[in-house]
Amino acid sequence: MPEGVSALGLVLGGDPTLYAIVRLSLQVSVSAVALAALVGLPLGAFLALVQFPGRTFLVVVVNAFMGLPPVVVGLAVYLLLSRSGPLGFLGILFTPKAMIIAQALLVIPIIAALTRQTIEDLWVEYRDELTAMRVGPFARVTTLLWDARFSLVTTLLAGFGRAAAEVGTVMIVGGNIDGFTRTMTTAIALETSKGDLPLAMGLGLVLITIIIVINALAWGVRRVGELHAG
Amino acid sequence: MRAAISDLPIRFEDVSVHAGAVTILDRISLDVTPGAPTVLIGPNGCGKTTLIRLGMGILTPSSGRITWGGRSGAPGEQRAMVFQRPVMLRRTASANVAYALEAAGAARPERTARVDELMQRVGLEGRAERPARRLSGGEQQRLALARALARNPEILFLDEPTASLDPASTKAVEDIVRSIAASGVKIVMATHDIGQARRLAGNIVFLVRGRVAEHALAERFFTSPATPEAATFVRGDLVI
Repeated sequence: MPEGVSALGLVLGGDPTLYAIVRLSLQVSVSAVALAALVGLPLGAFLALVQFPGRTFLVVVVNAFMGLPPVVVGLAVYLLLSRSGPLGFLGILFTPKAMIIAQALLVIPIIAALTRQTIEDLWVEYRDELTAMRVGPFARVTTLLWDARFSLVTTLLAGFGRAAAEVGTVMIVGGNIDGFTRTMTTAIALETSKGDLPLAMGLGLVLITIIIVINALAWGVRRVGELHAG
Repeated sequence: MRAAISDLPIRFEDVSVHAGAVTILDRISLDVTPGAPTVLIGPNGCGKTTLIRLGMGILTPSSGRITWGGRSGAPGEQRAMVFQRPVMLRRTASANVAYALEAAGAARPERTARVDELMQRVGLEGRAERPARRLSGGEQQRLALARALARNPEILFLDEPTASLDPASTKAVEDIVRSIAASGVKIVMATHDIGQARRLAGNIVFLVRGRVAEHALAERFFTSPATPEAATFVRGDLVI
């Protein structure tokens, strides 16, 4: 298998282009998950704890949006950010910023939907106690988010998995520009279509390895945290 | 720090609670007055927990009226409760107490000293930095008492606080409850343990099938129960 051998060589040889691509991919996906968490965690907790007309509808929509097709999100963000679009004045189309926004939009429903489920389940357990302590609505949200923190790590990982693995949005709003907006997934798609299978394979291996390492780290953090906090 | 207006007496007027077709409490009329602990006893399912929740104000009756010190819908700042299975927040024992202090509106600077004081009061000073969920059942129950005391309550509701504890842990909890009662806090406690009722009660509310079968001073209740059910219960026979 000569392709496999060259792929391994690329990775072990520390190819600078490869590292630039890996760095950008991580930077975009981690930023997107952080941004999505800022919106998705409170949104999920809000949906879990507050009763209002149309709540069920919103819960169904958020759940359904977990399966949003990346290319469609990419297209929507493209239209928003293109020169003639409503946010065209920002001039960020085909930049990493646009990629972060697009991926965050993709990840928000995942984080919000899983957070809602987790917080709703925990609320059943905590309701009486927090009511008796007369904990207000805002403090309830922060208390439940904090006490669910170990489960929410898995939620964030699900979001990261989605962001790191998708190719549709970053291809459309990033443009796969060499050295500027090329990520691992867009590079794999490009190299495969060019026929450079060793590079595509190398990138694929790196991507999978990174995802495993990040999950292992998160698992470790969770275990240590649980040991100290019960 | 206690508010000038008292939540006592708690007056139940013709209070019923239904869950679907099931009647949990059936036209209860009862006054809970200041003084020695009021203990609710009776067989499982007789409505003790429901009555406690009504008194705490975390449940509203299907019909009838409840007033606290003459006011209906009193806000509940002066009431605290320990549940049969208290939920331990996922943090250290002392952080659990600090949380309750914060919820009760204690200012940040005084919290540290109050946490230490409360942990000592329930004999958990050596467990302060343990994760609360790692504590034993008895220790968790005592931590729940510390959390309830953090609210500086006028009335403390206890729902079967020793239901699944061994005798040593039960004694530790009872000693604390006694000292709380001695400090002037009104205790309203549910138990199905007649021995515990003898040890702690000032007056007894005996519930059978959702009705108050008897409400009497403890000595009276134990020496000359007025109803046949109470007599059976006091003898230690099964009341169904």
